[in-house]
Formats: sequence, C-alpha cells, structure tokens
Amino acid sequence: MAEVQFRFRTDEPVADPAVTVDSFGEQSNAAAVRLEPGDDARDLLPHLDRLQLIEVNFPVFGDGRGYSAARILREAGYTGELRAVGDVLVDQIAFLRRCGFDAFAPEVPLDPADAEGAFTRFAEVYQPTTDGRAAIWAKRHG
Amino acid sequence: MKILTGNDLKTGAVTWWDGVQWSLHVEDAVDVGEHADTILAREMAARRVNAAYAIEAVKDEQGVRPAHIKDRIRAFGPTVRPDLTLKPADPTAGDWVI
Amino acid sequence: MYKYDTYDQAMVDARVEEFRDQVRRRLEGHITEDQFKPLRLMNGLYLQLHAYMLRVAIPYGTLSSAQMRMLGDIADKYDRGYGHFTTRQNIQYNWIKLEDAGDILADLASVEMHAIQTSGNCIRNTTSDQYAGAAADEVVDPRPYAELIRQWSTFHPEFSFLPRKFKMAVIASDIDRAAMKLHDIGIQIVRNDAGEIGAAFYVGGGMGRTPMIAPCINPFVPIDQFITYSEACLRVYNRYGRRDNKYKARIKILVHELGKDEYTRQVEEEFAHLLSQNIEPPLAELERIKAMFADPPFEAGAPDELDRSDPDFALWVDNNCVTHKQPGYIAATISLKPVGGIPGDASGEQIRLMADLARQYSFDELRVTHAQNIVLPHVKKADLYALWQVLEANGLGTPNLDLVGDIIACPGLDYCSLANARSIPVAQKISQRLSGKAQEIGELKLKISGCINACGHHHAGHIGILGVDRKGVENYQLLLGGSEAADTSLGQITGPGFDEDGIVDAVEKATQVYLANKEGGERFLDTYRRIGMAPFKEAIYG
Repeated sequence: MAEVQFRFRTDEPVADPAVTVDSFGEQSNAAAVRLEPGDDARDLLPHLDRLQLIEVNFPVFGDGRGYSAARILREAGYTGELRAVGDVLVDQIAFLRRCGFDAFAPEVPLDPADAEGAFTRFAEVYQPTTDGRAAIWAKRHG
Repeated sequence: MKILTGNDLKTGAVTWWDGVQWSLHVEDAVDVGEHADTILAREMAARRVNAAYAIEAVKDEQGVRPAHIKDRIRAFGPTVRPDLTLKPADPTAGDWVI
Repeated sequence: MYKYDTYDQAMVDARVEEFRDQVRRRLEGHITEDQFKPLRLMNGLYLQLHAYMLRVAIPYGTLSSAQMRMLGDIADKYDRGYGHFTTRQNIQYNWIKLEDAGDILADLASVEMHAIQTSGNCIRNTTSDQYAGAAADEVVDPRPYAELIRQWSTFHPEFSFLPRKFKMAVIASDIDRAAMKLHDIGIQIVRNDAGEIGAAFYVGGGMGRTPMIAPCINPFVPIDQFITYSEACLRVYNRYGRRDNKYKARIKILVHELGKDEYTRQVEEEFAHLLSQNIEPPLAELERIKAMFADPPFEAGAPDELDRSDPDFALWVDNNCVTHKQPGYIAATISLKPVGGIPGDASGEQIRLMADLARQYSFDELRVTHAQNIVLPHVKKADLYALWQVLEANGLGTPNLDLVGDIIACPGLDYCSLANARSIPVAQKISQRLSGKAQEIGELKLKISGCINACGHHHAGHIGILGVDRKGVENYQLLLGGSEAADTSLGQITGPGFDEDGIVDAVEKATQVYLANKEGGERFLDTYRRIGMAPFKEAIYG
C-alpha cells in the first residue's frame, strides 16, 4: 500500500483500511471505502455522512473515470478525505485536485519539486468546480 | 536480415543502428540477429534513440532495403517531396521505395 | 475577432512553461517515453514517420494577419519551409525538433495561439463554419459560442482523460459547411419561434472505422445553459464510454449501444443535477465575447458590381467566391489545391503573402476551411480584381473550389505513422487527370484517407477513396455517395480495390457515368442518388 505523499487536510487521517464498494454495503461501521473505475460513485451517496475516507483507484493513469467520481462525490456534499491512489503521475495531480481530491498516494512517489510546480502552475481556471476557485469568467464579471 | 530503426530523441530524425551508433542512412544498417531486444533496451534507456523497433530487411547490391513500405518511406523521405529527402539531387534515389 | 485578456494570455504562457518543463524532464531522462507521450500529445506533438509533427490549434478556423504571419515564420524558422492545413482547420508542421518545441510554443503564445489539446483523449479544437460572420444565411455568428466552448474545454479537469478523443463543431446556419453531424458533438445555434437563441445538440457522429451520423438529442437547449448541457454530455461519456477497446471508445459507440433515447435520458438526468452546480458562464461573458466578433467597419454603399471582363477572373469569382451578408462585399476562397499539388500545403512565403492580403483586403482576417483552403472573409468587391491578380501571380489563384481538383487528402503514408497507403500521390494524379474537365463535371467533393481513421473524410466524399495495406502493397477502395453537408450521408464501397493507377481510372469512369446520365442541373451526388450504384459498378468493373 503506497504512502500518502500529499495531503491538503488538517484532520487526523483515518486508520481504517478501505473496503470495496461491494462489501461496504454489509459493513455499516466502515468509514473508508475504495472506488474502482467501474464502480458507481452515486452508490455511495446515501452513506456520505458516515464516510471519512474515499480512495479512488487509478489502475492506469489514462482511465479518467475517477475524475467524474470525485466531482460527483464533492457535488453531493462529501467533505471527508478523497484520496487518489494508484498510477497517479505528476501531470495529473492538478486536474485531480480541481476535481476534489485532497490526498494523493501515488504508487511511485513523485518528485516533490515537480509536484509543487504542478499544483501551482496555473494561477487561474476557466471552469468552476467544487474546489472553491473562482472561474475566470466570474472574475471578469465580478 | 533484422535491422533496428528509431528516431533521434532531440531532433526526431529517422535513424538506423549501424553496430556502433545511430546513422541517418539506411545503407549503414547492420544485421542484429538475436540481439535486437538487448540493443533496443540499452539504447532507449540511454536516450540515444526514441521509439526504436526491429524490422525485417534485405541487403542487395544497391543497399539495405526494409521489407515494409512504411519503413522504406521512413528510410527515403516523403515520396511527394523528393527535395526534402536525403538525396535531393538524385532523381532516381527513390526508385526502390514503392 | 477574439482578443486575449490577461487571463487568457497567462494561461497559454503558463502552458509554454509547463511544456518546456515536460520536455526537459524527458530529455534528462526523468520520465520515459511512455509517460511523456500522452503529455506531448496533449500539446499536439506527435512522433511521425520522419520527425516530430506539431499540430497548432486554429480555434474555429479564424486567424488574424499577425497570427497567419507567425505561422509562416514558424514554417521557415523551425520547419522546412512549409505547413499543412488540416481537415480540422488546424495547421501541422512535419519536421519539428523536440528541443525547439518550447520556443515554438512561446512564439505562438506571442500571437495568442497555442497547441493545447490538439491531440490526446480530450476535447479537441472546436471547428466552425468558414464563412461565419460573413455568410448571408447564418442566424448569428457561431464563433462566440465556439470561443465559449474553447475556454470551457481548455484544461477541463474532469475531461482530460476521456475514453478517446472528442471533437466538437458549432454552426449557425441550415447550410452545414462544417460537417457538424460527423462530430462527437455537433451544435447548431438556432432561433426558435419566440425569437430566442438556443443550441441544437447532435451527439455521437463521427467517421473513422465505424462512421455514424449524429442524431439530434435535444433540438433546443437555452443558450444560457448550453455549456452545462455539454458538460452533462461529456460526463455521461467519461463515465460510461468504453475503455476496453480503443476502436469502440468514441462516443458514437456509446450512443449507438445505449440507444439515442437512453443516452439522452442519462444526459438529461445529469444536466438536471449540474444545473444546481452553477457552472454556466453568465450571459455577460457571452456578450463580452460577442462584442469582439462585431462586424468590421464595412463601407456603406460600396458598389456591388464586378467588372467581369477578364474571363479568368470571372471564372475564379464564379467558382471561389460566395455571397456576403454585406452588399458590396464577398467572401473569397484561396485554393490550396493547385493542379497536381499537395492538398493543404502552403510555403512560409505563401502563408505570409496571404497574411498581407488579409491585412490589405479583408479587415485583417482569414479562415481555414475543413476542405484545407483559406478564406478571406470580407473582401470589398471593388478590390477583388486586384486581390485576384496577386493570388494568380503567386500560384494561389486556382479556380477550383468544390470541383474535382479541390481534393481533401490526409498526409497519408508519406508522413503519417498510422497510414496504410499514400494519399497525396493519388490526389495529385486525379487532379492532373481530371482538372481539364472540372468545369464540365461541376461540384464534386473528392476525399481521400490513407487509413480507416478517416482524417481525409472519405466516408463523406461524393467520391471517397480509402487507402489500405494489402499484403504490404498499397490498395485503394472506392466509395460513392457520401456527403458532409446538411444532407449528410455515408458513402458506399463500390467493390474490390485498385492499385494507384487503377483508382485514378475508376474515378474517371465514375465521372463519365455521371456526365452520361445527369439530368438538368444535377450534381454528381444527385445523379448518384437517383440512379444508384449499379451503373457505376458496371462501368468501373464491367
């Protein structure tokens, strides 16, 4: 299990291991779940209040379903940790962050300087998401 | 014969393994026999070549000729722009390509 | 034309630095080619047959003179003196060095251009009608809507790793000049009976190995919701588009497998949810953009007559110019299809010349067409003869728009690593063989692709040609009856394929069947649709 390399939260990380979506339904005390690309994030929406950690797995970086999963969870009001795990590369992390991920556990640790550059390179954004950054159009017409 | 081709990492130029280094000229290509994978792995790891692969070719009195049309066009240049090939002054230079 | 503000400029400037950094990491060995490939592709940098190829975005095909001039300068400074205008209204350079890529992007950024998302499994450059803002038949200028899509789709965080590439087109006329229904999303801006502007969404069209015509999934999305609707279309695709097989990964397959009704239901459900997320730019943003596409200062009362006493000029006017919405003006197409030439190629010198002519005669504006030609959209009729003389003197006056010599061809096996056969030599031979008869044959859209990816739009040609590899030898299949216009249709294969000379003969025979059977003012396509495939097959194979 890869270590969490970047975490943009101040609360204590959940110690529980994440369970699969299948087994999550039967384990009403689980606080952590792991989404695979084929899982439907909306299946978790009835349980968001008891979830503290949702891991979203990227078995290959090119499979972008996890980006939609993250936005759906945040749009539904999920405030717990949303962690990207697996084939997470430096050139994906800014997009992932915008979609609501606030923790990153890349299989292969990233160069810290490259990652810092990636997180901060684009000062402005064209699209609003739930990450709180104002879209450029909002600034133009503020 | 089996020869190796790829592109120069920095310039993108088509290159051929001549036994020591990467040449721009298909005529320099050498038969690598069973060593293709070893050479490819070593050379790509050292970034002396990019996207390299092994192909079949034949050698006759004119030179080394890749078996497949795609690699023959890579060796010669665009058939519709002979001025941009490696031998722009020779009007017959591409006769073997197609 | 759209002008960048500091936000837009900062975005492309940051991108230049990001790509420089990615190139540096590759050259220094911090990332492998497998890791670098998707990054360079998202910046339009391919590794092709002979070198790296850079595809530069020309949003909705519109260019200023300064931008066009820069494209010519780049051809000379970093490439081998020419560029290739593509069927997606972009330009490609064939001989780029990886180590120069950062500098080229910086030069492009200096004239508000970029190569962002010109490849990769993301939302590509949005295309549009080449006569936008000039056409007499448009409801509105479609480009402000395309620009809004450009900004929304640029670095979209959710849609940068889609199952496959994603192409959008926006038109605003019932006459479709952008092959709108052959895109992943085609949008037609319409006005309803109440006079309101909205967007008709056609989703799931495309060419490639499984050509499909997009069905209309919503005839009127209110214009202050069309970005949200686009987001819903993309989210359903990103979640459920197939990722197990790249040949079945385009949205057309999803729409086809789910069925139009079920796909539409899912989009509408997602749309209803997304409306609560306030992601739609305000109408004020659309108004800001629209103001930059206001009409240029046309001269009121400019004379509407043309002196047609020079017959060569008159022929060019009749073939290459179309009616303008403003009396006294005309939209003129510069053909990049000289007889026997390479379709879509232009030298650095020609590109700069066209830039200068646009400055002098067309309010600083040019367009690239999906048929690989250049348009000067706003030429005063009084200036037209002088313009034509310069074009004619520089090999740019070929009077063949939409005629048999105006061939669309992909780069094919002369340049492209995906190709199975060469396209350009076939185009050259057909052009040479038939250009003498072009006037007699009339409108004939001939389109050639060198592989089934169909960059040469062969499915949509009145005559289409598909190059294939038959046991290591180039072979060409013939298709008849396609159209990319409002009467969109897909061509049918005539039968067994031909070698290079055989396909040229077959095309000639097809035109002879047409000439022998045409009635009244029928075009080739009309005659084909009336008499069917049989007489053509008989002539070609009989």
